[in-house]
Amino acid sequence: MNEHLNNDTAAPEEKVYTTLNLGPTHPATHGIFQNVLKMDGEIIVDAEPTIGYIHRAFEKLAERRPFNQITPITDRLNYCSSPINNMGWHMTVEKLINAEIPKNVQYMRVVIMELARIADHIICNSVIGVDTGALTGFTYIFQWREKIYEIYEEICGARLTTNIGRIGGFERMWPEKAWQRIDDFMKEFPKELKQFEDLLMRNRIFMDRTINAGGINAERALQYSFTGPNLRATGIDYDVRVMNPYSSYEDFDFVIPVGTSGDVYDRFMVRQQEMWESLSIIRQALKNIDRKSTVFHGDVPEFCLPAKEEVYNNMEALIYHFKIVMGETDIPVGEVYHQVEGANGELGFYLISDGGRTPYRLHFRRPCFIYYQSYPEIIKGGMLSDAILAMSSMNVIAGELDA
Amino acid sequence: MTTLIMTSGFDWWPYILVVILFLISLGVAAYATYAERKVAAFLQDRLGPNRAGPFGILQPIADGVKMFMKEEIIPNVSNKTLFILGPAIAMLTALLTGAVIPWGPDVVVDGKVYRLQVTDVNIGVLYLLGVVSIGVYGIMIGGWASNNKYALLGALRASSQMISYEVAMGVSIVTLIMFTGTLSTAEIAQQQHGFWADGYFTWNFFKNPLVFLIFFICALAETNRTPFDLPECETELVGGYHTEYSSMKLGFYLFAEYVNMFISSAVISLFFFGGYNFPFMDQIDNQLLVSLIGVGVMFAKTVFFIFVFMWIRWTIPRFRYDQLMNLGWKVLIPLSLVNLAITGLVMYFTGNLE
Repeated sequence: MNEHLNNDTAAPEEKVYTTLNLGPTHPATHGIFQNVLKMDGEIIVDAEPTIGYIHRAFEKLAERRPFNQITPITDRLNYCSSPINNMGWHMTVEKLINAEIPKNVQYMRVVIMELARIADHIICNSVIGVDTGALTGFTYIFQWREKIYEIYEEICGARLTTNIGRIGGFERMWPEKAWQRIDDFMKEFPKELKQFEDLLMRNRIFMDRTINAGGINAERALQYSFTGPNLRATGIDYDVRVMNPYSSYEDFDFVIPVGTSGDVYDRFMVRQQEMWESLSIIRQALKNIDRKSTVFHGDVPEFCLPAKEEVYNNMEALIYHFKIVMGETDIPVGEVYHQVEGANGELGFYLISDGGRTPYRLHFRRPCFIYYQSYPEIIKGGMLSDAILAMSSMNVIAGELDA
Repeated sequence: MTTLIMTSGFDWWPYILVVILFLISLGVAAYATYAERKVAAFLQDRLGPNRAGPFGILQPIADGVKMFMKEEIIPNVSNKTLFILGPAIAMLTALLTGAVIPWGPDVVVDGKVYRLQVTDVNIGVLYLLGVVSIGVYGIMIGGWASNNKYALLGALRASSQMISYEVAMGVSIVTLIMFTGTLSTAEIAQQQHGFWADGYFTWNFFKNPLVFLIFFICALAETNRTPFDLPECETELVGGYHTEYSSMKLGFYLFAEYVNMFISSAVISLFFFGGYNFPFMDQIDNQLLVSLIGVGVMFAKTVFFIFVFMWIRWTIPRFRYDQLMNLGWKVLIPLSLVNLAITGLVMYFTGNLE
């Protein structure tokens, strides 16, 4: 007892560090992951991230599911921008079965993907604001995410986990109301986005907090195989939409914004600029879309559910209906990798098919999983507040992290 | 009761005033929580509380009832005495400060003078500073007794922040005392009589705006408001020093913050904006009317500064810990010292030195 007391009162010979459990449930983690931080006062000496709190075995699940039924799984990857995940998955299967998609449908896909990108960036950037303590920007901009969700709702009926579209195109033509809502959004949103920028972008305290906080240089970012806005913030202009265009992205004219130092402020600015570019892409797409068209999917009857009257009156339609509903559509043997520019970075689908009704193996390349590997390195030596900001600025989403 | 007051030789008035002041402080603080939510809603394009009563006017009462009904949780690993003492100290010190503030000019009824100040101690300014600095013990003890790392971090942040900013606040008050020449709050208020005298403004703000600026920033820090709300910043420290608190003990901490804000606003309006003084007060003949308007003006100024506090909170982000310290030690303290020196020089050369 006495010895213990003596030890306590004497000054420690070595530095004593505090261990702080950041998470699994912490207001700032925006999801469930744990960080065991070794702290010297407020300074982080070491960090040990733990993942797997919401591991849901998506890749294994996918091996037992018919192709159309895998779409809802992709919803739950990065649930902030599920339409991009949905489209990425559809395009992967389309690549394997060599389906040809009409231009109109491709443009519609571009619209929905860019809307999803805006929604995701809204979340990320407003949450950076919240984590610096400025709640008001969040409330201004967040209702515009609601408007985007209303657009989803008109198109597919769901809001968060959208399950938008089918392999080969869409499940139905977009209703008039959806177009109306998109037009309204395009008219109103730029003003609000400008207001949000005015509130934060040149705010002295915000700049002090974010500049030189949670940075990573281009070389290390490439070594970790960063993609998306987080890589572009370091100054490398890699964008899948340009480097490896899909869904007719080559038809559009847009700029890839890049940063210089890869810190929180650069990530914020890159995302902010990307929203403006997305708006410009949507505007270009809307100009070229034929809203009266009745074609809403490519010629892939084995994946697109026929209309009910067709089913009752047409033998082939009945067969396809049965095959789709029972999930008995076989696809060719092959291996295919398809990547899309997710809101967070390159979202890849590696699909191996042995010719059956389900994939032999499906692997998701999830950008968050990669970002999170670098998290300890980024936050080491910084302060606790920087660590929180680094996490929200990388937009690490637990659903995508664990899959 | 009334006859007792009137007939007995003993002066009951200060004691009655204490009760009135206590109730007003609590009432204003309660409605400050409501105002905070309404102001936040106004600034954020939302509705805010609107269910309890018309315009949600009964919301603070509902909140209070809720706070009392909640289960009290005292963590097993905590130091129970200190755990309870923490919020008590916070609340106590918050309520003590109101005693030296003159809330209005003297009211004369039937030849008897009723002072609208509980006590006019001759070192009122020092008393204010002293009581405010005890306030940090409430947070420190509470954070430490919780035996929670987040609470401890919050308490550490709170104590270092308050101590650093008290220095700048103290120096700026010294500057104020230099040109007012008194430590009594009542006298400070009297000196700012009216609005315009001898060809210059009487309010201290116009005599030295920099003192006001430094004092105001420090007041933000002392009350733990944005941009200095690091001790309780939710996104980093969960709840900061009150992470482990529940029920009315949590309510006391939150409430103390609002009482502090009320008192700070009152002090700011007293020190720099004339307190109960208002322009053209000499043109009004009725002394009672002047007193009543004076009280109203005092409260109007206070409410305005409470609004400014809220306005700031919902507009700007918060500092990081090291930036906070940099601002305190490298900017505010040198600035207030320079201000002190310049004020001294000006007073020396203009012959205002007493």
